[in-house]
Amino acid sequence: MSVEKGTELPPLELHLTRADLVRYAGASGDFNPIHWSDRIAQVAGLPGVIAHGMLTLGAAGRIVTDWVGDPSRVRSYGARFTRPVLVPDDDAGATVTVTAVVSDVSDGIAKVDVKAVFDGKGVLGRAVAEVVLPD
Amino acid sequence: MPDESFVGRALPAVGPFQVGREKIREFAAAIGDTSPLSLDLDVARAAGHRDLVAPPTFSTTFTMPLIEAFLKDPAFDWDYTRMVHGDQRIVFHRPILGGDDLFTTIHVDSLTTRAGSHMLTLRCEVATAEEPVATTTSLLVTQA
Repeated sequence: MSVEKGTELPPLELHLTRADLVRYAGASGDFNPIHWSDRIAQVAGLPGVIAHGMLTLGAAGRIVTDWVGDPSRVRSYGARFTRPVLVPDDDAGATVTVTAVVSDVSDGIAKVDVKAVFDGKGVLGRAVAEVVLPD
Repeated sequence: MPDESFVGRALPAVGPFQVGREKIREFAAAIGDTSPLSLDLDVARAAGHRDLVAPPTFSTTFTMPLIEAFLKDPAFDWDYTRMVHGDQRIVFHRPILGGDDLFTTIHVDSLTTRAGSHMLTLRCEVATAEEPVATTTSLLVTQA
């Protein structure tokens, strides 16, 4: 695989519904009610239920793992949660568009900058994955 | 006001958390991850892994409940109901695999108060009895 600074990864579109949030709550063990109760989300000062930051981070990370083909090649991954992803109680849910570009390659490790956009604005800041490239 | 005397301290290690294959599959499904290395044992072994490979953010399944328990402990005096997750980093020393018995130690790295918010950095050192596996760092924010 030919990888250099500027290489763009195939983009990814995430669709997150309330059902996805419930599933993620169960799988992750994060039952914070701001991710399933509008009432409690509003008490916490939010317009309504928001996605778990770790769900957005984990699902967005598929842009990297799908590309490199083996999740064990990810040496580090992380981001700031800059804006909430509001998930309405409807069938469409929230759409998050994920793009990524290689920002550096050295010693067989690619640094990948990930962007996740919801409602026209970025929801992850400084989202970077370090990936060991195949020989 | 959260108890600043916790800063610089490490909580007792908790574990072992045994990484189950079905938990890996359940978590992968929850983030829409279809990598066969996380789902199909034959594929994972053919690729040279001892067992299924967990998705990169899988560690949250056992670190976040421990963090939650700490933050809900009245001794620390943290407003969990208004908490948001500010930042998350995960560094792997080796991948997390099915069958791993993992121990997690929470380190309270820093606590600052700025612009009406408490900002807390918790670092989780994740290891087997033999070797380090991952270091996760969470920035958590709540209203002061």
